Amino acid sequence: MSNLKYRVLLIIALLAASAWSLFPRKVIERVKRGDRYVFDTVTRVPLKRGLDLQGGMHLALEIDDSKGTVPDRSEALDRAIKVVRTRIDEFGVAEPVVQKSGDSQIIVELPGIDDPQRAMAVVQKSAFLEFQITDKTQALEKVLPRFDAIVKESGLAGKVPSVLGDTAKADKGLQGLLSSGKDSTRKDSTAKNDSTKKDSLALTAGGAFSKLIQQGQFPGEYFVADRDVTTLQNYLDLPGIQAALPPGKVLRWGSDTVSLGATPYRPIYMVDSRPIITGESLIGAKPNQVPIEGTVVEFTLSNEGGRRFRAETAKHIRDYMAIVLDQRVMGRPPVIQSAIGTRGQITMGQGRSLQDAQDLALVLRAGALPVPLKVAEVRNIGASLGADSIRNGVRALVIAVGLVVLILIVYYRFSGVLAVLALGLYVVYTMAMLAYFNAVLTLPGLAGFVLSVGIAVDANVLIFERIREELERGKTVRTAIDEGFRHAMTAIVDTSVTTILTAAVLYQYGTGPVQGFAVTLIAGITASLFTAIFVVRTFYLLWLSRSRGAQTLSI
Amino acid sequence: MLRILHDTRFDFIKWWRWAAGLTAGFMLLGLASFAIRGGVNYSIEFTGGTLMQLQFGKAIDAGDIRSTLDRAGVRGAEIQKFGSDSEFTVRAQNRQDVAQQASGAESVAQRVQDALTKQFGANSYRVVRTEAVGPRVGAELRRNAAIAMLLASLVTLVYLAIRFEWRFGVAAVLSTGHDVLVTLAFIKLLHIEVSLTVVAAILTLLGYSGNDTIIIFDRVRENLKKDRKSPLYDVLNRSINETLPRSVLTHAMTLAATLALLFFAGEVIRPFAIVMAFGIFVATFSSVYVASPLLLWIEHRWPRNVAEGTNKAAVRPSRTELPATERGTRNRQPERAGSR
Repeated sequence: MSNLKYRVLLIIALLAASAWSLFPRKVIERVKRGDRYVFDTVTRVPLKRGLDLQGGMHLALEIDDSKGTVPDRSEALDRAIKVVRTRIDEFGVAEPVVQKSGDSQIIVELPGIDDPQRAMAVVQKSAFLEFQITDKTQALEKVLPRFDAIVKESGLAGKVPSVLGDTAKADKGLQGLLSSGKDSTRKDSTAKNDSTKKDSLALTAGGAFSKLIQQGQFPGEYFVADRDVTTLQNYLDLPGIQAALPPGKVLRWGSDTVSLGATPYRPIYMVDSRPIITGESLIGAKPNQVPIEGTVVEFTLSNEGGRRFRAETAKHIRDYMAIVLDQRVMGRPPVIQSAIGTRGQITMGQGRSLQDAQDLALVLRAGALPVPLKVAEVRNIGASLGADSIRNGVRALVIAVGLVVLILIVYYRFSGVLAVLALGLYVVYTMAMLAYFNAVLTLPGLAGFVLSVGIAVDANVLIFERIREELERGKTVRTAIDEGFRHAMTAIVDTSVTTILTAAVLYQYGTGPVQGFAVTLIAGITASLFTAIFVVRTFYLLWLSRSRGAQTLSI
Repeated sequence: MLRILHDTRFDFIKWWRWAAGLTAGFMLLGLASFAIRGGVNYSIEFTGGTLMQLQFGKAIDAGDIRSTLDRAGVRGAEIQKFGSDSEFTVRAQNRQDVAQQASGAESVAQRVQDALTKQFGANSYRVVRTEAVGPRVGAELRRNAAIAMLLASLVTLVYLAIRFEWRFGVAAVLSTGHDVLVTLAFIKLLHIEVSLTVVAAILTLLGYSGNDTIIIFDRVRENLKKDRKSPLYDVLNRSINETLPRSVLTHAMTLAATLALLFFAGEVIRPFAIVMAFGIFVATFSSVYVASPLLLWIEHRWPRNVAEGTNKAAVRPSRTELPATERGTRNRQPERAGSR
């Protein structure tokens, strides 16, 4: 009798614990307000939903080896994670996940993001900021004949495949250079088409390099017609040209197109390769809109950085200073009127919104990525699709449970009712376990849950069938129940263990949604072991103690 | 007391040759389809590529989307209706598109979106889901899925070998292997896309089909202890008959749950539910018609120690035919090869 009391107490205690862990509480999440999704605190059951159920973005980033080799990948990745995390935090996402996966990937999960392109840009931008003085020594003009010769040489030796290879490589570099917006990508592809036609012409003509560029409006600035950008980049990628660049100088493309007459031009700048200061000294950045320049990002330097900046700019009065972000000159370099201290601004250029400036300010504050990253995998689920999935999944669950309940009660009568009660506990226990272990509920997980309802009652069926057999052999109700549980036990344990083993393998080798499935399955089977064996047994014992000497059992 | 299939005495094992022919035929069909129509229809998770689910404001012709994509240079993308006339999935997974993603997985999706916006206007559609996977990730995932399958089988085998006699373990694992092969043939024949969720379904099946066999074998083990005189053939038949009500009921309920998934859980999970529903049928079938004859055959090939027990493999008419016909089917059923 006291044994029975403890059994009941245990079941009730577990139920109370489950109720507590499932008790609705305040969480911050993305909810629909009118037509828009916004972050808000809502009170709901604290079951963590996967990205496929609540909508959001999953990103796998890896080191982009095409832009130079990285000596210590693991360490670089660790630093990159810190930067990415800071940026995400500033971006404003509830419960983001940023973690290392293996030793070459960063997994970023952003629940409830509805502008994936923007989020991706923020995460991926290297944001390496440099201030470089433009060249005023005519360095490029001096080497132009040499460049022409090199281009001609390579053109004469120019086997078609090598040129093609170069084109492909340049294209990749350009994509990075020109990724300023959607328009430029399109422009880029047309420019490429044009230039591939021109390639053969330019290569045979003399002065191939110099004829593509013309002097800009101040020393160190040059213009390249938009259609020649790819061709010139191909030349610049030639190893000979790289080697022949004037020492201490580098060429950097400008970010914007300049229209001179009807032709669009892209500026390219010859700048000192040593930056007078880099983004590391930057401590603050905020977007602003000012009358003449338009959208700008105003930045503040640290005291030490400010001192250096003042000293350097004092040396370069009347010079032009290029503000270079990710090897691209932002806006037109301003002329240095007087020494600049701790404050300055970056002009975003034409057609940029305040949001672009906001994002730039954000990545500048968070710091530069130590390595270039590329997107290896992206999954983006709209919030509406997630909501649909939940609705459908829950509907399927309700119907599945309804059908199972119907079969159980029709077939097993009173015992079926006991099994249904146990099934109710099973659902609560399973959900509580998921909530307690902070497991993520995914769509396949929901499916696994529905399925596990079917599997959970299997244990009940095994036991009930066994009890029926024992009753048929003329055993008393009490003995039949005891024997039924005892004999069914081995089969139940064996089947549960094999399923848990399979689910564990699935968890180990699955990703995201599939892991959710495995977790739900394991939680479900554990709960069903308890409810089918322990809870139903207790119900029977309760029933037996109430109706002493029961001769028949409704089963 | 409501009873179904109570106290039956069917001779299930008698039909094993028909059963073997049926599943071998089905597997051959799957193999033939594999040979004729070529590879498995892998999802972009495994091949790399881009999948986009688009929701338009009004019904739209799939041809319009195709021509738009062609113009954007995304050729050979597969466009499918998804549930309704205004929802579509676009799959770009040919080699060329995947190669482009080596430099960044998002590029194709961006191009598709630009082209659609140009053609249909920015507010006429919504991208409700995007998945883009680089080629390296896909290859890694494929390897992981294969490892998972092998490991799951191995772990089950080891557990069964510990819990049961090795004969039972081998028969159970081979029959589970059979289920997986038949299900793969089914997936191939219906041209179901093999995604991670479908792999999860197959793995669940691995566990589920094992369950079914275990329950019958558990009964066999018990009956063998009680009754040392009857031939194994009879013990098997009796055990199957005794567990029949349970099998039918459990399968009915699991199937009910699976059908609820199939019809009510929405489009995304449907492939999972189809595979699962078929798998439940196969699991039921195989635990009776594959696992049991296999056990009988193993028992026949490697008879148990005479001192250990007297349940001789077969004292039945089929005794002399069994090994001969077995040899005939062996080559057609790959999972039997392992038992030699």
